[in-house]
This record gives sequence, structure tokens and C-alpha cells, in this order.
Amino acid sequence: MFVTSAFAQESAPAAEGAHTGTEGETHSGTGVPAEAHGTFPPFDPATFPSQLLWLAITFGLFYLFLKKVVMPRLGGIIEVRSDRITQDLDQAAKLKGEADAAVAAYEQELAEAKTKANAIGQQANDAAKAEAEAARKKIEAALDKKLGEAEASIASIKANAMKEVGTIAEDTASAIVDALVGGKASKAEIAAAVKSVAR
Amino acid sequence: MAADKVDPIHQFHIVKLIPINIGGYDVSFTNSALFMVATVLVASAFLYLSTSSRSLIPGRLQSVSEMGYEFVANMLRDAAGNQGMKFFPFVFSLFMFVLVANLLGLFPYFFTVTSHIIVTFGLAALVIGTVVVYGFTKHGLGFLKLFVPHGVPVFLLPLVVLIEVISFVSRPVSLSVRLFANMLAGHITLKVFSGFVVSLSALGAVGIAGSVLPLAMAVALTALELLVAFLQAYVFAVLTCMYLNDALHPGH
Repeated sequence: MFVTSAFAQESAPAAEGAHTGTEGETHSGTGVPAEAHGTFPPFDPATFPSQLLWLAITFGLFYLFLKKVVMPRLGGIIEVRSDRITQDLDQAAKLKGEADAAVAAYEQELAEAKTKANAIGQQANDAAKAEAEAARKKIEAALDKKLGEAEASIASIKANAMKEVGTIAEDTASAIVDALVGGKASKAEIAAAVKSVAR
Repeated sequence: MAADKVDPIHQFHIVKLIPINIGGYDVSFTNSALFMVATVLVASAFLYLSTSSRSLIPGRLQSVSEMGYEFVANMLRDAAGNQGMKFFPFVFSLFMFVLVANLLGLFPYFFTVTSHIIVTFGLAALVIGTVVVYGFTKHGLGFLKLFVPHGVPVFLLPLVVLIEVISFVSRPVSLSVRLFANMLAGHITLKVFSGFVVSLSALGAVGIAGSVLPLAMAVALTALELLVAFLQAYVFAVLTCMYLNDALHPGH
């Protein structure tokens, strides 16, 4: 009760700046002195200047405080954290890259070693083959030579034998003539006879 | 005064604490001003103290501050893009102010700053004023393209422009009335149900038994009002973001 009536007294000079004070003729003017709940408080224009002013002061200060102090700090905290996370992720990525590079290097080395081993194997194989070939050729050549020698010796033996065939035939013919005819045939006659037969 | 206690409107009365009169205007320090100061102090102190350790790994309170910060930041970025971030301190202040004012109002015997239309209208006018001033300084007369949507047939244009202008002008009204009406209605309902509890209890044993129901309702409504306090602060901030987006990109 006290509050609202005090109100009305204040609202009169507020509106006019003069002490009329008798009736509710201010622009809020709802006959407040007579009726305690005459004006619905949120719609009482007499309170507007005060509320607007204090809203401007408090909200203005709040805005400045948040803008100058709180938000740089909060933004800083969040930024530092996200930087840290990014940094950690970068480092993880870097380490992963290094690990990948190591694996790649290892695999490359392995592949190189494999090719090298293959090359060595191939070389050894080729060398062995060449050696075997050379040995074979040598042996073949030796065999060929021996064959030739053998053939030559056979030929000479054959020639010798053929040469001896004449004398044997003469001896045999002389012996046969002796046995059959009982006379001595001259050596020259027999040789001529053998020769004529052999021819 | 006893009768006033049951009166659901009593809680909205403005009481002068320190009468001040400047230039014929009554600008007394009232209970409304006191709770504006309290709102600002509580919000500032919470944000300041909860972040004072600047931990890399946040504690609970610091998490709450950071959540609020990132929540509003995402809201603004989604609605107005990265260019909108220059209004971030403004939107964040609005959101925190409305939220803390709403929450403080939920305490018994506390005054709810946002239940006065002039306060919500002051905030809404600030938003729309920012939109208009920024829109005209940034785009000049191009800001008026806001009222001329693309691809509308010429013969419909006057009608559409009229509708757009009306919708723009009604924005501060809808923005302020939405918050004001929600807080007002919620607090009246809460007070009425609490009043039932008191009046019924005065009727003796039967009344006390009967007052259980309105008590349960009052408890449920308190939870609902807590939700509304958050929701209205969110809605206020979201709509602010959307209006700021209009100032940044008036061409639809």
C-alpha cells in the first residue's frame, strides 16, 4: 500500500515536473492513490524511465565486461585447447608418417635384397651352366680325339693286316702247293699267282 | 500486506529503494534495478571465477561457461555465418543476461527482471536497433532489399513489400512480448498454485490433505519454469542471430 501510493506521488512530478499531486492526471494517470492494484505493474509507464536507465547501465556494463574480460579469456582457453589438440594430432600424423616411411624403406630394402639375391642366384646358375658346358665340350673334344686316334690305329692295324695278308697267302699257297703237287714252286711264281688272285 | 502475499500480481510490483529524480524523470533505484545489478553480478562472477584457472582440462564450472560460450558461438555461426561473429559479444551478453535474469526470478521472493515488458522491449529494441543501424551503415540503401524478396512477380510486389515491412516492424514486439509473456504467465501460474496450497492449508486437516495436489503442481511448474527460463533465453538469442543475419545479408 505504502509503495504504490508513494509511487503515485513520485510519478506526478516525473510526468510534469510540477507538484500537481491532487488527482491521477499524470500520463500514467490510472488513479493509483485510490486503487492499490489499479495498474498492472509491468504496464505502468511511470516505472519505464527508471527500468530503461538501469537496464542500459547494467546491460552496458555487462556487455563491456564480457567483451573485454570474459570472452577473450574463454576464447583463449578454447583456442589454446584446440591448438593443443591440433598440435597433438599433427605430431601423431608426423609420427605415423615416420613409421610409414620406415616401413616403406624396409620394404624397399627387402625388395632390393630379393632382387640382388635373385641376381646372384642367376649369376651362379649361369656360371655353373657355362662351366658344365665347357667341361662337356672339353670331354667331348677329348673323346673325339680319342675316337680319331682309335680310328687311325684301327686303320693302320687294318693296313698292316692287309699288308701281311699277301705274305700269309704266299706262305699258305706255297705250303698247299707243296702238299698237293709235291714240287717246289718258285717264290716268284707263287707271289705272282697270289697277286693275280688278290687283284 | 497479508492479502498481497496471495495476490499473484504482487511479485511484479516495483518498489523504490533509492529514489532518484533526474531532469524530471523518475529513475529511482528500484527492486527491478537491484535485480538487474544482481543478474549482471551473478553472471559476471560465474563467468569470471569459473574460468579463472584457465585449465586445459576444464572443471565442471569451467565446462558450463565453455558450453555456454560455444553454444552461443555455434548458434550465431549457423544463423549468420562467420561474418556474424563480430556480434558474438552482443549475442552472448544478451543470452547470459536473459538466462540469468530468468533463473534468478525462479527463486522465491526474487524479482523477475524479464517479467516487465519495458525491459524485454528495451532488449528487443536494442537488437532491432543494432540490425537497422548496422544494416544501413554496411549496405546503405541496399539494406532495403530486405523488404524485396527475389523472384516475386511485379504485380505482387507492393503486397509482398508491405507484408515484409509489417513483419519487420513487428519483430521487436514479438521478440519482447514472447519473453515477457512467458515469464509473466509462468510466475503468475506458479504463484496461483502456491497460493492454493497456503489457502487450503488454512482450512484444517482436510485442506492440508487437499493441498497436496496444488503443491505437486507447483513443484512440476517449477521444473517447467526452469525449462522455460532456458528456452526463452535460447529463443531470444536465436531470433537475435537470425535478425542479425538479415542485417549482414539483406538480399535474402
